[in-house]
This record gives sequence, C-alpha cells and structure tokens, in this order.
Amino acid sequence: MSPLLALFRRELALAWGRGGGPLNTLAFYVGTAALLPLAVGAEPKRLAAVATGAAFAALALASLLSLERMFERDFEDGGLDLLVIAGPSLSAASAVKALAQWTANGLPLALLSPLIAAMLGASWTLAPIIALSSLLAGLAMTFIGGAGAALALGARRGGLLLVVIVLPLYAPPVILGSGAVEALSSGLPWTSPLLFLAAYALMAMALTPFAMAAACRNAVS
Amino acid sequence: MIAALAIADLALSRGVRRLFEGQSLRLEAGEAMMLSGANGVGKTSLLRAVAGLLRPDAGVVSFIDQGGAELDAEEARADHLHLAGHHDGLKTQRRAGEEFAFWADWLGGGAQDRAAAIDAFDLEPLLALDVRVLSAGQRRRLALARLRAAPRPLWLLDEPLAPLDTRWRSVMATEMAAHVGRGGLILAAAHDPLPIPCRVTEIAA
Repeated sequence: MSPLLALFRRELALAWGRGGGPLNTLAFYVGTAALLPLAVGAEPKRLAAVATGAAFAALALASLLSLERMFERDFEDGGLDLLVIAGPSLSAASAVKALAQWTANGLPLALLSPLIAAMLGASWTLAPIIALSSLLAGLAMTFIGGAGAALALGARRGGLLLVVIVLPLYAPPVILGSGAVEALSSGLPWTSPLLFLAAYALMAMALTPFAMAAACRNAVS
Repeated sequence: MIAALAIADLALSRGVRRLFEGQSLRLEAGEAMMLSGANGVGKTSLLRAVAGLLRPDAGVVSFIDQGGAELDAEEARADHLHLAGHHDGLKTQRRAGEEFAFWADWLGGGAQDRAAAIDAFDLEPLLALDVRVLSAGQRRRLALARLRAAPRPLWLLDEPLAPLDTRWRSVMATEMAAHVGRGGLILAAAHDPLPIPCRVTEIAA
C-alpha cells in the first residue's frame, strides 16, 4: 500500500478505534444545541432567529474537541520521529493526517448540522446549504486546528494553547458559513459568502500543511 | 545507497547546555560502531542529529555513496537510514500486526522482506494481539523488525538490546552481523558492549 494511503487508513482507524472519539464530538455538538433552547427560551420565533448562528458556533467548538490528539499521540510514542525522518514529505503526511481528522470528525458533524439547525427551528429548505457550508467550514477548521495542534506539541497545557491559537482563525468560517445561510433564508444573494468560505477552506488546506510540518520538526528537535 | 557516514566537528546543545563539541567520526560500509559514554553525555542526541531531527550548533553530517560523492542529506535520511530509538512508535490501542504493516508500508518494505522480518523476530504469535498487552521486550522486537522489513543501509540504534532477553539478544546479534556482512552500517549507542565486532567511540563533554 502506498505510504500516504496507509497513513490515512491508520489515522481513521485510530480515530474510530476503541474510545469512539467522533461519537464524543457528535454528542458534544448535539448537547450544546439541545441546551440552547433551555437557555434562551423555547419560543420558536426567538429560537429560529438564532438557529443557524448557534449551530455554527456549536460546530466550531465541537471541532476543537479532538484536535489536541492529532499529533500528540505520535509525539508521545516516538512515531512522529519516523514520520519526520522517513517516507513521503512531512507536509504531505500532515495534510493526510488533517484530511483523516476531517473525515472522522468534520464530515459526521457536517452531515448532522442540518438536523441540528432544524431542531433549533431553521427551515428544512435550508438543509442543503447548511450541510455544504458546514462541510467547507469544517475543512477550514480542521486544517487550521491541525496547525494549532502541531504548534502546541510538547507545551504544558497544550489544549489551552491550542484554543488560544486557533479560535481567532475560526471566526471567518463561522461568519461566512452562517452568513451564507442567513442570506439564502432572507432572499439575499448567498453565493459570495459561500465562495469566500470555499476560498478560505482552500487556502487553509494549501498553507497549513507546511506550518504543521515546520511545527512538528520543531517539536521533535 | 549510503556507503559511508562522516561526522566532522559536530557540536550539539540541548536547551542552553552544550553537550559536546568537536566530535568527528567516520563509519564505512560493513562496519559497526558503538557510541559509549556516561548518561546524558549526548549519545541519543548524536544519533538524532545524524537522523536530521536535531540541528547541530556546528559541524557537518554527510552521507557518502560508493563513488565517494556526497548524497543529498534529506534524501539519504528519507530513504536510506533507520532510527530505532527508546520509543517504539507503536500505538497501544492497535493490533501488533496492523502497526507492523503500517510501518512497513510507510518505510516502503516489500512482501518478501516483511515475511523475512516476521520470521527473524518470530512475530507470528504476536501479530493478532493488541500492542497494549505486549511486554517491553515484545514491543522492541516488533520495532526492530522494521529494520528487516524495509532494508536500508544505515542503522541508527539507541540501546537496541535493553529490554530484550538472552534469546532475542542473540537473534539481534545475528541480524546485526548479517547487516554488516551485507555491507550495511551500524551506529549504536549502548552501555553494554555490542554483541558483534565493532569500533568504540567514546563521547565526552
């Protein structure tokens, strides 16, 4: 098997392996959304007004959950040394790890997002655009989060550091994603926020693997 | 292919502490060298500097091919050397067989070499078990089997024998002797003498 494909399968197996990491993430997402009506009151009108925004904020927080482990396991058991030294380039390996992380966590979250938004009172007609913008936002968040996770390697309270590094960069996907959905629901042009979101995701995918690689090299030295 | 490893005037630090400086050595194909020295003197760091994980303060590590030309260091490291360190790089929650297959894939090992590695380190009975339940010695065998599963000329070994019992120490000795016999190079940090004929380089601060 080609090295990068083997790495992708291994990362997926680790994510879905005993412990059920993605289930944690999904449960957190559903839990946050379920608590919201209790906090702001259950009148459908009030809830529908905040539904998409709340769904995106919950998505951002949920996708933070499992990021910390993305490089940490390999760092602790010495596997990262071998990923750095041998095989395909470290930036390709980092991109594959982030893609696997997204497939295990971001993809299920995005598929769940129309349901969450509907649960909070958003119209079902918005389901496709909610799913699409969650997919793109999730991609951007995972790749940016991967760079944060690599930078936080070896630091005490790495989890806290990760949140501080990453959260500001999560603002654009949240704004653009919920913006696209809001625009469509109120009959405004919605393609430009969606395209900006896609551009942001692509930029994250193109640039962050190099940052992850540099941060990993720094961590093992 | 690496035919010689040359280290010239190497100086390494960890944090603000200078480990050693002016360290030179040369290792030719078909040779084994043992790095000895007190705890904390920098044996592991030297191996990691050869592998490219640590950036030296001064000095050069170069890999030389059969014709005497210097190889591109990054390429030589990616394709022609093994580092077997203290940490085995194995995920405790996965099966031994899955981890072995992954690393063989990552390092580009062929089917024949994998079978030879499983045979040499008698991994067959371990492959179906979780890494979690393996003993330290069994994990080390699984990690050392990579050396055979993906043949590469330069072996950097950090206390390779430490957790192994007498039987597996002698198996590892056979493997090391065979590797050197094939024209491979071994640079090993160890406290006990290596079980094969080798030169000894003492590292001192």
